[in-house]
Amino acid sequence: MWNTLSRMLHTGLLTEPLPAPGEAAPALETLQRELLGILGRALCIRHVDAGSCNGCELEIQALNNPYYNLEGAGIKFVASPRHADLLLVTGPVSVNMEEALKRTYDAVPDPKLVVAVGNCGACGGIFGTSYASCGGVVNIIPVNFTVTGCPPSPTAILCGILQAIRPASATTKAS
Amino acid sequence: MATDFMEFQPAKLPANIPGRRLRVDRVQWLQTAEALRESNVRFLTLWGADDRDHDGGFRIYAAYLLPDTVIVVEHFMQDFPAPSYPSIATLFPAALRMQHAIYDLLGISTDEADKRGWLRHSGWPETLFPLRRDVDGTQQYPVASAPYPFVEVEGDGVHEIAVGPVHAGTIEPGHFRFSVVGEKVLRLEERLGYTHKGVAKHFEGMSQKEGHRLAARVSGDSAVAFSWAYCAALESITETVCPARAIILRALALEHERLANHLGDLGALGNDAGFAFGLTQFSKLKEDLLRTNIVAFGARYLLDYVIPGGVAVDLTVDARRLLLDLYDALGPSVNQMRSIYDEHAGLQDRIREAGRLEQAAAEKLGATGLVARASGLPYDLRVDHPWTPYDSFVPKLIVQTGGDVAARVQTRFDEILESLRLCRALLSGPPKDAIHTSVPVATSDLLGIGLIEGWRGPVLIALETGPNGGIRRCHAHDPSWQNWPLLEYAILGNIVPDFPLINKSFNLSYSGQDG
Repeated sequence: MWNTLSRMLHTGLLTEPLPAPGEAAPALETLQRELLGILGRALCIRHVDAGSCNGCELEIQALNNPYYNLEGAGIKFVASPRHADLLLVTGPVSVNMEEALKRTYDAVPDPKLVVAVGNCGACGGIFGTSYASCGGVVNIIPVNFTVTGCPPSPTAILCGILQAIRPASATTKAS
Repeated sequence: MATDFMEFQPAKLPANIPGRRLRVDRVQWLQTAEALRESNVRFLTLWGADDRDHDGGFRIYAAYLLPDTVIVVEHFMQDFPAPSYPSIATLFPAALRMQHAIYDLLGISTDEADKRGWLRHSGWPETLFPLRRDVDGTQQYPVASAPYPFVEVEGDGVHEIAVGPVHAGTIEPGHFRFSVVGEKVLRLEERLGYTHKGVAKHFEGMSQKEGHRLAARVSGDSAVAFSWAYCAALESITETVCPARAIILRALALEHERLANHLGDLGALGNDAGFAFGLTQFSKLKEDLLRTNIVAFGARYLLDYVIPGGVAVDLTVDARRLLLDLYDALGPSVNQMRSIYDEHAGLQDRIREAGRLEQAAAEKLGATGLVARASGLPYDLRVDHPWTPYDSFVPKLIVQTGGDVAARVQTRFDEILESLRLCRALLSGPPKDAIHTSVPVATSDLLGIGLIEGWRGPVLIALETGPNGGIRRCHAHDPSWQNWPLLEYAILGNIVPDFPLINKSFNLSYSGQDG
């Protein structure tokens, strides 16, 4: 126990400031306030691997490490699409995952957002389209924002998520 | 055994370790497998090829690991009436799913009774075999969803739990069908193939000098192992000798891949046992490593680092110093975390005795890589079949005998510390040299093997060259093929809530298996 506590103290706080996605760089407090205004709670993300090589998954997992500390920004991953506001989809959509992706998308309550992650999610990447691959996510379900990279860095993925939710916040405010 | 092979007179085979190639007929195909099974030879992989355009038939290849050699046994079969070969799954159970996959892609069958599709779900017609040369791989077909007949378990109170393909965490897709009584697992049946992306067919449209990019993306967490295996196969065929510096840097990258995955797994294993502190700490250490990778190798994940003839980025003097600082910080941190894990009663209670794979079962069922080493089997290509530079930088063989989740945790701790030692040794004197050399275009119809011990186990690439610098056939084998069926075995008698923990302790690749 002493070891654990001492390691915690020794490690300290590592969380870095949020990245600046283009001009619309939200401060942490602004972002949390906006999310709270729209949703009344954290933004809930459901990840779906629709045929990825597992590279993008590793970088999405990294968002939860102490440096990026996604949950500290008011964004969390959830276990069911029924709890989600946003789908984070990786991979070229394999034909064997096409139906599962559609069903997952249908299970997310409206209004919903989709962010396609990685070169494969964007356009099929190196796998393209074939008898086994449907190519980019947009070929199967509507996509709000795309993050390219192979794999994209956690910062790039975080920027993509922030970009995707900001127009939504603008719309909600307008309405 | 040795005399048998002298009689067969196997030909030399280009590979990064000594290789032999043996052509056999239908009867000898099975006899060879039997003889190899009796001598406790390790079965590596199985693949097929459509050679009707050359000599009117199909070929099936099996790769085995002898004490000093990799041997590829090759059997030619006629197209008519229907191409088939004897199953070797009773001798090497790991071959069963590979035989299914070969049927799905090429339509060459065995005498096995189970005819369920493995890679083909319902995305292309049953009568279409996409890896045949007369099939256009770019055409798409409407998906007609069809049920998959899982093996049913009957009895009082038995019910099924269906999990996947979309899983609850940020992980790859696959389906697990549990038959349970209360919380106790009576049977687990896996259904994989969801991430099948047509890798083998895609290779055939690529040139020899760009194939490493696709190889790296067979399983993104093992990019260095796969791209090195591809390059090793191509370099063996073309008799290219890489600069000594490039070879050292490849090994450094491979060890970094091992470190990154082991650090990630140790954190996730703590988390799956309810010890979130472990995840926080190890994900921090992993992130430190990945950020150093950017300076040392030019990227966090090294998908395009190993290239034919060498590596893409040189290691600067500053980066070398940064790496040494990283190792200085990692070593003590990992040791401290190890004592925290070892002394945490709640964690140990969850991981000890869970998901046990005994040594005898591991050997009989063909366990490989890290999973095999945690069950007492001394298998590590870097040690028993070293290729350059592991012939001069010899790792200590890590073996644990427990076979449970705790043993797989300890194996990872041991391997991290050993990899750190190796990395320091590799950095001690990479000679001043070029980092790549040019690789000549290989003439067509040459077969070469690349065999690399990735962090999960042996990764194999079998490359057959085509005309004009193209690829005729490329088979990429992930060690997960061998270890997935063992997970079905290791979970027996455990409770459902321990499955995530046991599954994570194996941490197998879906994409690598699905292709």
